[in-house]
Amino acid sequence: MQITLKVWRQAGPDAPGSLVEYQATDVSPEMSFLEMLDVVNERLMQKGDVPIAFDHDCREGICGSCGVMIDGVAHGPMKGTTTCQLHMRSFTDGDTIVIEPWRAKAFPVIKDLVVNRGAFDRIIQAGGYISAATGGAQDGNMIPVPKAAADSSMDAAACIGCGACVAACPNASASLFTSAKIAHLGLLPQGQPERYRRALKMVAQMDIEDFGGCTLFGECQEACPKEISIDFISRMNRDFVYASATAVEQKSGGGHG
Amino acid sequence: MWLLTLYRSTIGKKVIMAVTGLVLVLFVIGHMAGNLQVFIGSAKMNAYAAFLKSTGELLWLVRLGLLVAVLLHILMAWQLTRIKNAARPVDYVLRQPQVSTLASRTMRWGGVLLLTFIVFHILHFTTGAVFPMASRPDVTYPAFSHTDVYGNVVSAFRVPWVVAFYVVSMLFLMLHLFHGAWSSVRTLGLVKPSSHPLRRRAATVVAVAVWLGFTAVPVAIFLGVVR
Amino acid sequence: MTLDLNARVPAGALADKWERHKFEVKLVNPANKRKYTVIVVGSGLAGASAAATFSELGYNVRSYCYQDSPRRAHSIAAQGGINAAKNYQNDGDSTQRLFYDTIKGGDFRAREANVFRLAQISVNIIDQCVAQGVPFAREYGGLLANRSFGGAQVSRTFYARGQTGQQLLLGAYQALEKEIAKGGVKMYPRAEMLDLIVVNGRARGIVVRDEVTGTVEPVLADAVVLATGGYGNVFYLSTNAKGCNTTAIWRSYKRGAAFANPCYTQIHPTCIPVHGDYQSKLTLMSESLRNDGRVWAPKRKEDTGKAPGQISEVDRDYFLERKYPAFGNLSPRDIASRAAKEVCDEGRGVGPGGRGVYLDFAEAIKRLGEDTIRERYGNLFEMYKRITNENPYQVPMRIYPAVHYTMGGLWVDYNLMSTIPGLHVAGEANFSDHGANRLGASALMQGLADGYFVLPYTIGNYLASTKLEPVSPDAPEVQAAVADVRARTSKLLGIKGKRTVASFHRELGRIMWEYCGMARDAAGLNKALELIPALREEFWRDVMVPGSGEDLNQTLEHAGRVADFLELGELMCRDALHREESCGGHFRTEHQTSDGEALRNDEEFAYVAAWEYTGDGNTPALNKEPLVFENIKLSQRSYK
Ligand SMILES: Cc1cc2nc3c(=O)[nH]c(=O)nc-3n(C[C@H](O)[C@H](O)[C@H](O)COP(=O)(O)OP(=O)(O)OC[C@H]3O[C@@H](n4cnc5c(N)ncnc54)[C@H](O)[C@@H]3O)c2cc1C
Ligand code: HEM
Ligand code: HEM
Ligand code: SF4
Ligand code: F3S
Ligand code: FES
Repeated sequence: MQITLKVWRQAGPDAPGSLVEYQATDVSPEMSFLEMLDVVNERLMQKGDVPIAFDHDCREGICGSCGVMIDGVAHGPMKGTTTCQLHMRSFTDGDTIVIEPWRAKAFPVIKDLVVNRGAFDRIIQAGGYISAATGGAQDGNMIPVPKAAADSSMDAAACIGCGACVAACPNASASLFTSAKIAHLGLLPQGQPERYRRALKMVAQMDIEDFGGCTLFGECQEACPKEISIDFISRMNRDFVYASATAVEQKSGGGHG
Repeated sequence: MWLLTLYRSTIGKKVIMAVTGLVLVLFVIGHMAGNLQVFIGSAKMNAYAAFLKSTGELLWLVRLGLLVAVLLHILMAWQLTRIKNAARPVDYVLRQPQVSTLASRTMRWGGVLLLTFIVFHILHFTTGAVFPMASRPDVTYPAFSHTDVYGNVVSAFRVPWVVAFYVVSMLFLMLHLFHGAWSSVRTLGLVKPSSHPLRRRAATVVAVAVWLGFTAVPVAIFLGVVR
Repeated sequence: MTLDLNARVPAGALADKWERHKFEVKLVNPANKRKYTVIVVGSGLAGASAAATFSELGYNVRSYCYQDSPRRAHSIAAQGGINAAKNYQNDGDSTQRLFYDTIKGGDFRAREANVFRLAQISVNIIDQCVAQGVPFAREYGGLLANRSFGGAQVSRTFYARGQTGQQLLLGAYQALEKEIAKGGVKMYPRAEMLDLIVVNGRARGIVVRDEVTGTVEPVLADAVVLATGGYGNVFYLSTNAKGCNTTAIWRSYKRGAAFANPCYTQIHPTCIPVHGDYQSKLTLMSESLRNDGRVWAPKRKEDTGKAPGQISEVDRDYFLERKYPAFGNLSPRDIASRAAKEVCDEGRGVGPGGRGVYLDFAEAIKRLGEDTIRERYGNLFEMYKRITNENPYQVPMRIYPAVHYTMGGLWVDYNLMSTIPGLHVAGEANFSDHGANRLGASALMQGLADGYFVLPYTIGNYLASTKLEPVSPDAPEVQAAVADVRARTSKLLGIKGKRTVASFHRELGRIMWEYCGMARDAAGLNKALELIPALREEFWRDVMVPGSGEDLNQTLEHAGRVADFLELGELMCRDALHREESCGGHFRTEHQTSDGEALRNDEEFAYVAAWEYTGDGNTPALNKEPLVFENIKLSQRSYK
């Protein structure tokens, strides 16, 4: 196969960027999308050019490192698939493919297709955990967890933190990512003590990071390689509203002067 | 105050929009029901209008409520749009929407159109300040009257461009509701997990019903079914 | 032998050692803990759990990983599960049994005391992870579900769908982020450790390159923990992530830490075969598939080109069932892998390059119905289809063995301290508790045991019992290490040769796979020992690294890693050559039983081979830690 690529090249965070055209020749349909880029990069280097920078690591769809906009679609045309698991057989000979980085204020470009997703880590820092210091845990079977709760919790926990939801959202909202973590922990008995505090803090951080709000476009769910449901966004909103309403009661009722 | 905390967050803003939006939806449905009395006849409709007006303070309270709802709705729409614009300073060269509906993508401009409609509409039917007449006025309903709502409606929809404007606006209302009636419930978290979260049966019914109910009146009058 | 390989195993009965040790270790006064800085390199299961726990205890922690977020460490990719001797199923499991299975599975090449401790701690890990919100699979009654894994006779494996590693790592990652928010841990993502700083014989810091800005800086501390994962990528193609590397432990080796058993490599039998030269990595298909799939190859060479459906039953060779009637398709990893290789070496392999055998579900589908199979393996089948574009419900899967795990690593004592005082090593990076072969679902257990429960005690012991002088950033040792790193970086950038880094890596991988892979012999290893230095020489003469060192330069990072692999590969071959026996993942064709099974030589080789760096160009020195089995009787593994 012969493919024309239009790739976003940007030398550094503050450098201007633009789409640059490359020819990918001898592309095998069995190649993964990133292997196709590897081959293009090898050729670029042989010509003395600087290769295209893109994030990747596991190449099996689980680490969440990879991810680019492929023809305007986050992670490309195949549903429920990361960029690294997309194969060239999804394209046809002679195609032109536009490749861009995730775009959001909260995800500044570092170089070419590589962006900084540190905002996601900071959202987790704000409350995306259960405070259970090592050593104090009781037996794992002490608290039974209904299978249904464990299963939905796992559905949410499957998030790989790739950022495609933000990239695909017309509002650049991180609602799907944030809600998935709130749901993962909030659905389990172990997550109850911090449930509402967690919702408040994580949403506040999401706003601080300059993500947009959710107006339920639903694009995130479609782009998500783990097909995480926007149902979790509703759940987050519910927890958040409840949390905001009850948080103050605690303060005023607590009698701290 | 906790409402302030809520107001400051994007979720809170969206919640306010959903609540006000739902208030407006309820109003619109009620209003539509009132309008459909056109088909029953002038006596019934005018009596209803007179009844509404007789409620005095209550009417003003409702009007105030609606006004606040619309203003908050618009304010939140405005703020969220600004936040969203700031959230992606450099746009994609190419972005292909996959599942978002036309409705969801036209909420903002559609909303502006609805606002234009509402302003025009109040000047039109409530105050009568703008009341275009057909070139050959109907003898039965010569001009705007504060007591003959039925007459106002019938003479207003003799004017082709007015009809057109109403019909087009109602299309946008339908679109707005096709998304809004579904999304507001999700925004408020009032949904159970579903295997097809994007499906919206109830909202489709509401949107289509509202569209039919409102459009029926100007179209029926224009076609002479109601006179 | 010049190194002190005293494992410092506490005295007493095996079962009491760890309790006793926990009581005997010196404690750091709570008020003093925050005065100590500990560096943790790596944010996988071992690193993240250690860093979070240190911070909970009050230490100052600095944590590093090369990915853009600690959550992306390769532990995330583990599918199958994690073992623990909980005996929730009442099927006869116990600490003793897990201990025994691990020692036996490792072909009697691991240290008893460490393995027993691992089995003891395994139960605490599950409790800890449940408390953190890891969504383990549950029964309807709400209790934890288990499965049997990798041919184990008890159901002791805990799992979270096919994403156990991900969920365990997210648990540790979240604990880490919690501590970052509190200020106890400072996290440095996109940062690569390029050297170890040793002052007065103690590990006192590392040299780090910021991958985004290119800044190279020394970081000083009171103790260093390496949890940098395995080095399977020395084979270029493996199930490891593209970035997995040996740099941290290799640099430490060159600063004086002994490298133990480098040749012990685990080859996993069920991976998706290679499909072309451009191939960048291999994908593991969970071992559980062998519960229902039957492995076969055509009996005749001529049939390899045919579609599998056209090969009649009589022309198929179900070679695992034939050779190992008792265990059949469930034979251990090393045995199944070697059998597949033999079939392909005979020219009976299928698929591109004849490097593959069939894993056939036709019979299982007939017996159980497609729905049952879909329920059991649905997402694996989908993954297979996504990669190969073949539908395994209709045509048999093609599988081939691939490098998966490295049992070797830096030598550590009972306290997980290397031969450099202050340098601790955890997870896959140390020579681990798995001996010559690791059992399925035991690596996750070991990583978390090291990080949550072992290091927090032993690091305290080290700090409390050692007098540490302050080190100035201007100290000559520090400056020298930084200068070394800078020089290497500029050297790589300065060669401006004609061959790409990846091409060197691929070639090294081919050499390693060919001569130091599933089956090894002296002639091949000697050949590799000639080829590798030549390739290394060419690398330093002709490698091409475009761009600069002042910004994100992925080729430069890769080049540095390949440079280290080019040295490590040689040591692996040397180790494999010296170990004149077959054990676990190390199979020397010269040493096999009459029916082709691994033949150990306990008389001469029941020891840990700890290699000591003696300068570039010099042959490394072999040190031996004898393995004494006081609680287990050595036996020949048999799966017939
Ligand atoms: C596909 C696959 C499936 C597996 N399935 C199972 C299973 O089911 N059960 C099981 O028990 N085991 C399984 N394993 C093995 C197990 O996952 C690993 O052995 C284990 O997770 C290793 O954990 P770790 O913490 O030691 O290292 P890793 O998780 O690999 O982490 C290494 C860390 O070190 C960092 N690092 C590395 N080098 C540097 C450097 N130079 N500078 C800075 N940072 C550095 C990385 O950024 C990373 O954070 C599997 C392995 C693979 C590859
Ligand atoms: C007055 C002018 C109006 C403007 C500018 C406007 C604008 C908007 C905007 C921008 C949204 C957000 C889009 C989204 O959530 O995807 C929205 C949502 C909504 N609007 Fe309006 N709108 C207007 C009038 C109305 C009217 C008249 C109704 C009712 C009949 C209405 C009902 C709704 C509902 C129910 C929502 C959904 C809220 C949610 O999802 O949470 N709006 N509107
Ligand atoms: C074809 C459709 C419509 C017709 C025929 C219609 C008709 C009328 C009439 C006759 C009145 C005056 C009632 C009175 O003064 O007693 C009125 C008022 C009003 N209408 Fe409509 N309307 C239509 C659609 C809408 C829509 C879609 C909206 C909102 C989005 C709307 C909002 C209002 C408002 C806010 C008032 C003022 C109510 C008040 O006096 O407090 N109308 N309408
Ligand atoms: S929610 Fe989905 S798209 Fe978003 S970060 Fe998680 S896995 Fe990626
Ligand atoms: S696409 Fe964006 S608007 Fe909401 S539903 Fe998804 S976050
Ligand atoms: S590279 Fe890990 S998910 Fe794609």
